[in-house]
Amino acid sequence: MALKMVKGSIDRMFDKNLQDLVRGIRNHKEDEAKYISQCIDEIKQELKQDNIAVKANAVCKLTYLQMLGYDISWAAFNIIEVMSASKFTFKRVGYLAASQCFHEGTDVIMLTTNQIRKDLSSPNQYDTGVALTGLSCFVTPDLARDLANDIMTLMSHTKPYIRKKAVLIMYKVFLKYPESLRPAFPRLKEKLEDPDPGVQSAAVNVICELARRNPKNYLSLAPLFFKLMTSSTNNWVLIKIIKLFGALTPLEPRLGKKLIEPLTNLIHSTSAMSLLYECVNTVIAVLISLSSGMPNHSASIQLCVQKLRILIEDSDQNLKYLGLLAMSKILKTHPKSVQSHKDLILQCLDDKDESIRLRALDLLYGMVSKKNLMEIVKKLMIHVDKAEGTTYRDELLTKIIDICSQANYQYITNFEWYISILVELTRLEGTRHGHLIAAQMLDVAIRVKAIRKFAVSQMAMLLDNAHLIASNTQRNGICEVLYAAAWICGEFSEHLQEPHQTLEAMLRPKVTTLPGHIQAVYVQNMVKLYASILQQKEQSEEKEGAQEITQMMIDRLPQFVQSADLEVQERASCILQLIKYIQKLQTKEVPVAEEVIALFAGELNPVAPKAQKKVPVPEGLDLDAWINEPPSDSDSEDEKPKTIFHDEEQRHSKHRQPEIDEEELARRREARKQEQANNPFYIKSSPSPQKRYQDTPGVEHIPVVQIDLSVPLKVPGIPMSDQYVKLEEERRHKQKLEKDKKKKKQKKEKKGKHRRHNSLHTESDEDIAPAQQVDIITEEMPENALPSDEDDKDPNDPYKALDIDLDKPLADSEKLPVQRHRNAETPKSPEKEEIPVIEKKSKKPKKKEKKHKEKEREKEKKKEKGKDKKGEDLDFWLSTAPPPASTAQSSMEPSVNTVMAVAEGYEEPKKEEREDEDEDEEKFPEEKSSKHKKKKHKKEKEEKSKDKKKSKKKKHPSEDEQVETIQNGTLDDEPLPPMSSYCLLAENSFIKMTYDIQGNLQKDSQVTVSVIFENKSGSFLKSMELNVLDSLNTKMARPEDASVHDGVPVPFQLPPGISNEAQFVFTVQSIIMAQKLKGTLSFIVKNDEGSTHEKLDFKLHFSCTSYLITTPCYSDAFAKLLESGELSMNSIKVDGISISFQHLLAKICFHHHFSVVERVDSCASMYSRSIQGHHVCLLVKKGENSVSVDGKCSDSTLLSNLLDEMRETLAKC
Amino acid sequence: MIKAILIFNNHGKPRLSKFYQPYSEDTQQQIIRETFHLVSKRDENVCNFLEGGLLIGGSDNKLIYRHYATLYFVFCVDSSESELGILDLIQVFVETLDKCFENVCELDLIFHVDKVHNILAEMVMGGMVLETNMNEIVTQIDAQNKLEKSELDIFFFFFFFIYLYIQAGLAGAPARAVSAVKNMNLPEIPRNINIGDISIKVPNLPSFK
Repeated sequence: MALKMVKGSIDRMFDKNLQDLVRGIRNHKEDEAKYISQCIDEIKQELKQDNIAVKANAVCKLTYLQMLGYDISWAAFNIIEVMSASKFTFKRVGYLAASQCFHEGTDVIMLTTNQIRKDLSSPNQYDTGVALTGLSCFVTPDLARDLANDIMTLMSHTKPYIRKKAVLIMYKVFLKYPESLRPAFPRLKEKLEDPDPGVQSAAVNVICELARRNPKNYLSLAPLFFKLMTSSTNNWVLIKIIKLFGALTPLEPRLGKKLIEPLTNLIHSTSAMSLLYECVNTVIAVLISLSSGMPNHSASIQLCVQKLRILIEDSDQNLKYLGLLAMSKILKTHPKSVQSHKDLILQCLDDKDESIRLRALDLLYGMVSKKNLMEIVKKLMIHVDKAEGTTYRDELLTKIIDICSQANYQYITNFEWYISILVELTRLEGTRHGHLIAAQMLDVAIRVKAIRKFAVSQMAMLLDNAHLIASNTQRNGICEVLYAAAWICGEFSEHLQEPHQTLEAMLRPKVTTLPGHIQAVYVQNMVKLYASILQQKEQSEEKEGAQEITQMMIDRLPQFVQSADLEVQERASCILQLIKYIQKLQTKEVPVAEEVIALFAGELNPVAPKAQKKVPVPEGLDLDAWINEPPSDSDSEDEKPKTIFHDEEQRHSKHRQPEIDEEELARRREARKQEQANNPFYIKSSPSPQKRYQDTPGVEHIPVVQIDLSVPLKVPGIPMSDQYVKLEEERRHKQKLEKDKKKKKQKKEKKGKHRRHNSLHTESDEDIAPAQQVDIITEEMPENALPSDEDDKDPNDPYKALDIDLDKPLADSEKLPVQRHRNAETPKSPEKEEIPVIEKKSKKPKKKEKKHKEKEREKEKKKEKGKDKKGEDLDFWLSTAPPPASTAQSSMEPSVNTVMAVAEGYEEPKKEEREDEDEDEEKFPEEKSSKHKKKKHKKEKEEKSKDKKKSKKKKHPSEDEQVETIQNGTLDDEPLPPMSSYCLLAENSFIKMTYDIQGNLQKDSQVTVSVIFENKSGSFLKSMELNVLDSLNTKMARPEDASVHDGVPVPFQLPPGISNEAQFVFTVQSIIMAQKLKGTLSFIVKNDEGSTHEKLDFKLHFSCTSYLITTPCYSDAFAKLLESGELSMNSIKVDGISISFQHLLAKICFHHHFSVVERVDSCASMYSRSIQGHHVCLLVKKGENSVSVDGKCSDSTLLSNLLDEMRETLAKC
Repeated sequence: MIKAILIFNNHGKPRLSKFYQPYSEDTQQQIIRETFHLVSKRDENVCNFLEGGLLIGGSDNKLIYRHYATLYFVFCVDSSESELGILDLIQVFVETLDKCFENVCELDLIFHVDKVHNILAEMVMGGMVLETNMNEIVTQIDAQNKLEKSELDIFFFFFFFIYLYIQAGLAGAPARAVSAVKNMNLPEIPRNINIGDISIKVPNLPSFK
């Protein structure tokens, strides 16, 4: 054996390694394929060997070949072998190969589960890292389900290197196994505040990616992200967050309001272009979401546009491109502010970079107005002529059409001009967009009645010159326009000047070279033309002429009858027969024209493309119901017809049964008629078709205004659109002159007053009267069509599965399947193994059962509560919190706090507060005066739900039943009494202060004191300043340039009856003892009688509890902590406690910032962490009417102080 | 999300391909070809973004690329990534390569594609940006290389001595063994092949950090 291994290793030394392979391939340039197949054979040999090094080398080479396009899936099993090597070197090779070629269809992938789990728990962090990296590329739903729990544990790994990878891979796991999202989310959220910036950034990354797909579920995280945004300095994180806010603002406009200020600050301050650009982008998104409500954000828009202009003018093409891209977003809502930069954008059209030209084109789309449309299109037409690549030219073409046709041809004042533009575009060679032009021609001709005459004349010309267009069938893109031309000439043949000539043009033999569908239209429209010529001739009594034209048709039509295209052939032969019949009648001298023309009578109405879809299903009609009961499968085939027959008989008999009196019948008939009249798809019977054609009732209603024929319409040859531009200018000039005259008159009448207005007056869109009064018929839609636009949603969206409400408390059934090891001691082990499987299977039915149980109602209630809470919390954050610039930053950077406060704290926040207050007053009139009450209330709710979550989260499956009974029994039904962590600081007749102290997660020696100031008096309180006598241990954070004796100004003023919250940061050195600080609040009371200076002394009590931060802990980690033996112990016992254990735990959680790790009956373990990283573990046991608390903590003094504080709390129960 | 990362040279030869969505080998090659086609016909001084995302995913996608000497670095990303951010990421990537290979050139990428993959894995994971700090990346790579080296050394010496033991008596064995040693521990084999100066220059760009 040993010898064999040695031999293998010796062989290995003479094997090709990756470098040899690469070199070999480079040396065999001529017969590369042959050489590689030879190498693959060698690799196959190597893979058969036992030596793992040889195998790894082979797999490494395969990975290289995979990049060259060779399928290596046949070696999947060998790759797994290499993955399971004990050495990191080989393992890495294996995982790399797997990540390159494994996918969901790889069947051996299921073999990897245990290997990956082993690697994930490897003591070597790089083994774990490599496994995570590999897994991120080939994770399948099965792997995700089986490994989710392991990865979740890794999210709290001690090494940030592993943590960040574990956090990132969770996104992939969520995608493949959406059920894992809810159980894993709390921990993911926690990672947003991880001390390691890399982990934090990874968490932001994942949540942003999740939120991008289903933003509404993540709205409740907005405050957290807001905090991150104002505190983080990592541009990557900032960009992600800012992008996320861009996705959230459309859902919550108030969020936008809050964002504007910090974003504009960032725009002003940052030097990183990428960050600047994303800020601008999000500000734009905010402005879009606010566009209706807030008119006074023009400054922000100006700022954005101005910054974007700088980007566009930059020499860096990338910035130019992005600037244009962002500009086009502003354009949608604030076209005016972009239009002033038209010069710049037109300049970009000449850029040598195609991407930039395309972006500029996009912008032009939104910049057109009635005034400048012709000018812009003229410029574009020049570009069309100059353009080299066909793709760019095609893009130009579509843009021209888009620009002109947008908003229902809103900007076109002269349709003759537009038709000539379209005709000019037909001269483009090799364009793919013939059908677009054709569609436009048809659309305009149908919908703009006034233009038909002109359109028909142009189309006739096109048909006449068809040989130019269709000379080369290779470029058949453009010959589509002939389709439109033929149809327009046929349908509106009454406008044709020389129908005879057009008919002849359509009958040319050359036509048969056109594509089939165009020929078909030709044939059909020939008859229309023929009919109208016939009528003309008959009216003018030219019998010979009529017969002549019939003869011509009969002579020429056979060429279409022979067409290979079935459609053409069929139509042509039908029509040929028809015309032969007409000829017969003509020889008998019977007037036929009337009847022939009747064939094509009636107007065609444009119908909106989605009209059919939008017809609402009438009430009472169930489209899914069976008309006849489906024959059941069990029926034998003989019986089937019988049953159907039977059914039908019944139906018939039923029909006859009800006897309806005449009145009822008449009523129904009336109703039906009414319905038919409203139904656009109902084909109405008209009394007499001929009559209808001559004076269609519909046409009468449409005011067809005579075209102003100051412009000679008979343009010989193909028209030039340019002439219209000139004419238009002249026309406008004339109009303007006339207007000016009028104005002058007005001016004389009203002197002075309107002078400024007039001098500022620019020619706006409304001033330009269109050349023709044009009636644009809108496309028809069925009545009461549903306005839904849901047709665009893709039902197969993989991200849909992740649309999960994350604020709902976790249910018992929502747990990640945990893989258990076989326990040798327990005889039940095989059953245990099966548990996860059973769980999985029974998950859904379980849920359903529950729902149908009697507890349904309660659950529903809870859900609603949860939802309300979520909404309110956010509402609360969005409305009552003090302005962002002051508070959000004050909690982070005290120095900025005061600066900001000095700069704008006095004026702006007040305004916003008032605004917010107004809003609140509307919403919660009863809570007007006592806002902090509301706040307390909410905090309690929040806390409550947290407790619930926690108590539910960690439960061993083995305890399932037991726990469930508790939960369903007492836990959920009993409401918790209201609790508040705010306690009174000081009070006098003017002001009442309550405060709460929270540890700062980011900095280990800081605590944030939130003080609520409530104005109890009827006076206005201002210039509030809070000062504290610092102790050696505890100091208030003051602005840098302030001395220790200076107070910190409160960044707001208080109108009577109003309360608001301010936050102050304190630095603490030692946290093991409670402290008291003396302080003073000085303020100015201002009322009608004048203002007085007042003071209020207070004592700020920093309890040890306030240094604790609620940190969830998992039972495994908790157990390890206890085992470590580094903690000192202490315990207390309190008698005379009557409240329930549940309430007791809730109190401890709430007042002392603990979280429940595990709870069994009347015993619970709890955990918390101090801001300086002390672990505090508690074991709470409840006896008959006493409670004992055993504590373990890394610091004994801290523990004894904490327990003393706890004793006080408990004694109050 | 980053959908794919491609490196190919001026002739379209792939030097690294990393797809974060599964594609068959044929499709991968087609994507590489088409991407090369799109990117290679662009001038030097035009913008680095291309909306040619038809190949991978939908219209949401963008190609963001940089051209260094003989190599194109192309990232295909969707709209959740910041365009300028990705450009900087490419820069970080190339600078990291430069640091790990000491004056990186195309040959380094040709012969050590596995190492390039390992470096990339420390920056981007499963299509999401993992780390952007070059020092952190280099630290992790160095630590892993060290680990690998220690493993290989043990591995090698174990067999080397057995080898010598077996081969004892055969003429020239030590020499062969020594060359084998070189082969085993040689990450720098292709250094002796020099095709002109094609080292990638890493210009200093407006810094992102």
